[in-house]
Amino acid sequence: MHYSGFHLLKQALTGNRGWTRAWRNPEPKKQYDVIIIGGGGHGLATAYYLARLHGITNVAVLEKGYIGGGNTGRNTTIVRSNYMLNPNSQFYEHSMKLWEGLSQDLNYNVMFSQRGVLNLIHSDAQRDGFARRGNTMRLNGVDAVMHNLEGVKKLMPHLDFSKNTRFPVQGGLAQPRGGTARHDAVAWGYARGADRLGVDIIQKCEVTGIKRDGDRIVGVETSRGFIGAGQVGVAVAGNSSRVFDMVGMKLPIESHVLQAFVTEGIKPLVDTVCTFGAGHFYISQSDKGGLVFGGDIDGWNTYAQRGNLPTFNHVVAGGVTMMPCLARLRVLRQWGGVMDMSMDGTPIIGKTSIDNLYMNGGWCYGGFKATPASGWVFAHTIAHDKPHALNAEFTLERFREGNMIDEKGVGASPKAH
Amino acid sequence: MLRIECPWCGIRNEDEFSYGGDASVQRPTDDASQDDWYDYVYTRNNPAGRHSEYWHHANGCRAWIKVERDTVSHEIFSVTPASPNLPSGNRED
Ligand SMILES: Cc1cc2nc3c(=O)[nH]c(=O)nc-3n(C[C@H](O)[C@H](O)[C@H](O)COP(=O)(O)OP(=O)(O)OC[C@H]3O[C@@H](n4cnc5c(N)ncnc54)[C@H](O)[C@@H]3O)c2cc1C
Ligand SMILES: [Zn+2]
Repeated sequence: MHYSGFHLLKQALTGNRGWTRAWRNPEPKKQYDVIIIGGGGHGLATAYYLARLHGITNVAVLEKGYIGGGNTGRNTTIVRSNYMLNPNSQFYEHSMKLWEGLSQDLNYNVMFSQRGVLNLIHSDAQRDGFARRGNTMRLNGVDAVMHNLEGVKKLMPHLDFSKNTRFPVQGGLAQPRGGTARHDAVAWGYARGADRLGVDIIQKCEVTGIKRDGDRIVGVETSRGFIGAGQVGVAVAGNSSRVFDMVGMKLPIESHVLQAFVTEGIKPLVDTVCTFGAGHFYISQSDKGGLVFGGDIDGWNTYAQRGNLPTFNHVVAGGVTMMPCLARLRVLRQWGGVMDMSMDGTPIIGKTSIDNLYMNGGWCYGGFKATPASGWVFAHTIAHDKPHALNAEFTLERFREGNMIDEKGVGASPKAH
Repeated sequence: MLRIECPWCGIRNEDEFSYGGDASVQRPTDDASQDDWYDYVYTRNNPAGRHSEYWHHANGCRAWIKVERDTVSHEIFSVTPASPNLPSGNRED
């Protein structure tokens, strides 16, 4: 079923009884050309682009729970491409361009809203740093605007601009094309798009083992039996170490929890994405009116999809310092997702030491914005058995070779953003 | 909120401590191979289950301790001084 304004009207006039399910619920076949483990945005996008751009349609996405139930459906949905280092800048800008046409491409409204992302500046050194980042972005063809205090006041009038505030705002670096999207719709839109091209999306199917014959993978053991595969791509985010442990590979990744919080719904207050520069805090407002915000990871290894009070206190303290009026609101919901924290803060997308096994992971807490490009380059990597220029440097070997892509410049740490 | 029993201070809230990461990681000798150093600096077992890890009682006695904890249930099995050369705590209760 193709969605259109005409169709919507017709359904509205006939009691909405004609909608059909958006994707099938097939039984797994015995064998696929390609199996993607993990039905998050990245796995689903990979399957979609494999079918759409590379003509590979005998594909299954295996998801242990329900699609989008991992980090894809748990994130604060910020989309931006304000990176400075070379492979990141090009990769995330490619993603931004895909976002800009995604709803049309998928025939599914992912509610991509380019409301802008504003990073606040609180010191001279930070202004210098951000000016450098903004200039680098512009040289790379990415939009960036430096704001002085007056400019920030126009964009975010409710910040604490009082004289005695602890971290006075001096200005901000904005990316006007940044914004937010509806996370569930991204998973559903890619799932529907892939399904329409013949991909099998198989939920409640946990991969429990990876079967090898010599130095090749022949298929996967699952909670629904063995399924054969010509090639296997892994896109399981926080569970990357567990899945690669099935083939005895140890990754430069730790799993940590990141929390998100949503307040009661209020009238429009925050119409851009805004981040605090003197602490770690980011906020936007959902279409339902809730303020959606988050901060740091809890900071110690965990696979539990729940957060803890100390981090909540820390995040809220930052938020209230930046925007005191937040103290009047009630937080209605809180949850956590398990992050695949790589040792340089940059993802790993590419081939592995096993010929027909491919890896997509190490997203830290910034992989939602990457979803379209991640699927796009991962599909290319699997289809051609070699990375695209855009992910050629996101290798697993870069750590061993000393070619880290360390945007934060902090050395080996599983705590980089 | 984790509640960690410091061998010297007793049960304290998680926010008195800072995390020091995987305690099973062993520093290789200076002349160890490139692979050993790669493993030491970058790779982690990252288990879902029992994990041995360092914590620093930063806002307490400032001792480093070693905690055995489950990374799924968060249950703590044991807390000991980080270094085997230290006495095993002097708390009297
Ligand atoms: C609170 C929070 C806020 C965030 N905020 C942002 C943000 O503002 N902007 C941004 O860009 N990013 C953000 N992120 C990061 C972003 O959500 C992730 O990087 C991204 O969604 C990862 O997508 P994915 O498809 O790789 O993983 P997921 O969506 O987690 O999908 C992986 C899937 O694999 C499945 N799986 C795991 N193991 C198996 C198995 N053995 N067999 C079968 N299936 C398996 C899981 O069930 C899961 O559905 C945030 C994350 C969190 C948790
Ligand atoms: Zn102590």
